[in-house]
Amino acid sequence: MNAREIRQMFPILDQEVNGNPLVYLDSAATSQKPVPVIEAIDKYYREYNSNVHRGVHTLGTRATDGYEGAREKVRKFINAKSTEEVIFTRGTTTSINTVAASYGRANLSEGDEIVISYMEHHSNIIPWQQVAKQTGATLKYLPLQEDGTISLEDVRTTVTADTKIVSIMQVSNVLGVMNPIKEIAKIAHENGAIMVVDGAQSAPHMKIDVQDLDCDFLAFSGHKMCGPTGIGVLYGKKMHLEKMEPVEFGGEMIDFVGLYESTWKELPWKFEGGTPIIAGAIGLGAAIDFLEQIGLDEIEAYEHKLAAYAMEKMSTIDGMTIYGPKEASKRAGLVTFNIDDVHPHDVATVLDAEGIAVRAGHHCAQPLMKWLKVSATARASFYLYNTEEDIDKLVSGLVKTKEYFSDVF
Amino acid sequence: MSSKNLDTLYRQVIMDHYKNPRNKGVLEDDSLTINMNNPTCGDRIQLTLKLEDGIVADAKFEGEGCSISMSSASMMTQAIKGKNIEEALKLSKVFSDMMLGKEYDEDDLDLGDIEALQGVSQFPARIKCATLAWKAMEKGVSTKEEQE
Repeated sequence: MNAREIRQMFPILDQEVNGNPLVYLDSAATSQKPVPVIEAIDKYYREYNSNVHRGVHTLGTRATDGYEGAREKVRKFINAKSTEEVIFTRGTTTSINTVAASYGRANLSEGDEIVISYMEHHSNIIPWQQVAKQTGATLKYLPLQEDGTISLEDVRTTVTADTKIVSIMQVSNVLGVMNPIKEIAKIAHENGAIMVVDGAQSAPHMKIDVQDLDCDFLAFSGHKMCGPTGIGVLYGKKMHLEKMEPVEFGGEMIDFVGLYESTWKELPWKFEGGTPIIAGAIGLGAAIDFLEQIGLDEIEAYEHKLAAYAMEKMSTIDGMTIYGPKEASKRAGLVTFNIDDVHPHDVATVLDAEGIAVRAGHHCAQPLMKWLKVSATARASFYLYNTEEDIDKLVSGLVKTKEYFSDVF
Repeated sequence: MSSKNLDTLYRQVIMDHYKNPRNKGVLEDDSLTINMNNPTCGDRIQLTLKLEDGIVADAKFEGEGCSISMSSASMMTQAIKGKNIEEALKLSKVFSDMMLGKEYDEDDLDLGDIEALQGVSQFPARIKCATLAWKAMEKGVSTKEEQE
């Protein structure tokens, strides 16, 4: 994989920020978009914008083909059995909310348990808090090991016969930890629970095979994997989706509408009320083509290399605290850190003056921040267009940050 | 060079308030407590105010956050102590205008250290850090006014 060549396909990266070449290290928040994705969306609006599933006219057919073609690309991307199992949503948050509101409300009652972990993103916490309140179910948290990983021993003791839903992120947006989803799913199933996977940070970076993982649901977003914002995916096993009620009602999702009763379309459309996110889905399809052309295994290996390089270089800086596992082999391509007593906002502002974009704050994971005993952290996250040179610039930016604040502390 | 820019943000007086915050702590007795946080970044402030006869007799803050939010809280408590509610709110308005880069009307108000925060207006992402403590103060005195 040639990151320097790949980088050329991301026009946004070719600019100066505050007088310095942009170093974009915030892909875990949102990734940048390559030319083929931008062009696919542009082409749709210029040449065949039309509503789907209803037009008899030619543009309507082309739009429908584009939209449904993207669904097939997603199916192949995650190895779902059929496109009936692939629902387009607004993003990971909407996908998880759909599972909680539909499957959760129908299948949970008092005495039942939902198991999540301390490292979850708010999007995989709050929908479950809400459904627990509505149904009387109990929300339980899997503890974390010292290095932030989940132990299967803990999964075995936390998940019980009363557990109905286990919902865990595949890759942590803060710790970079990669969770053993396949093994956790097995334990969930042995206890009669379903396995929900938050794939927001994994789908962009590694090959996912939903049949191999044997997960019941998988949620992910387009915008973190070179696609546009506003499009995401909910994968669900057909046996669940068939029994589930839609969450949104209205146009597009109906079979027959009477005065007082209506029936729904078949899968997957019964979950896609309203005019769908057509350009978004087509853009996501183009992003999948782009990523698959390079190869997800290649991308994953490259990012491991970057993470290892970053860990090595960053840990040489005096006063640096890096969160999560120390071994690069246990990490995805991001490093969350604090430096001395400099607040992460101040770190991010100084880096920004150098043209380096990192994230600072709680990363939508307040329970995890509490577990880490910090109020905020800074995070550098990498993607296929980043290079070791970017990391060198980050490291020298961090040294400057230290120097800048050294007379204060 | 970029560090020149940064110096307009991180003025010496700001770093001094960050390092040696004034009025840090919690007021006891029947003081007014306002908790506020900045949900996008996790900054948090607890402001306690003692209002007597429409005057801010005392003010203290606790919290965690960046240099800008904490120094701003320190300066704010310093500035409003001894002022009446009307003056405190007027200061807050002047501060808000300053953050938005608007012309602000100092009149006979003594801005003191607060003026050092002027540079924040050039860093839009940090304005919310600077205004957190002021918003807490506004919330506090307006609930008090409503009660009376």
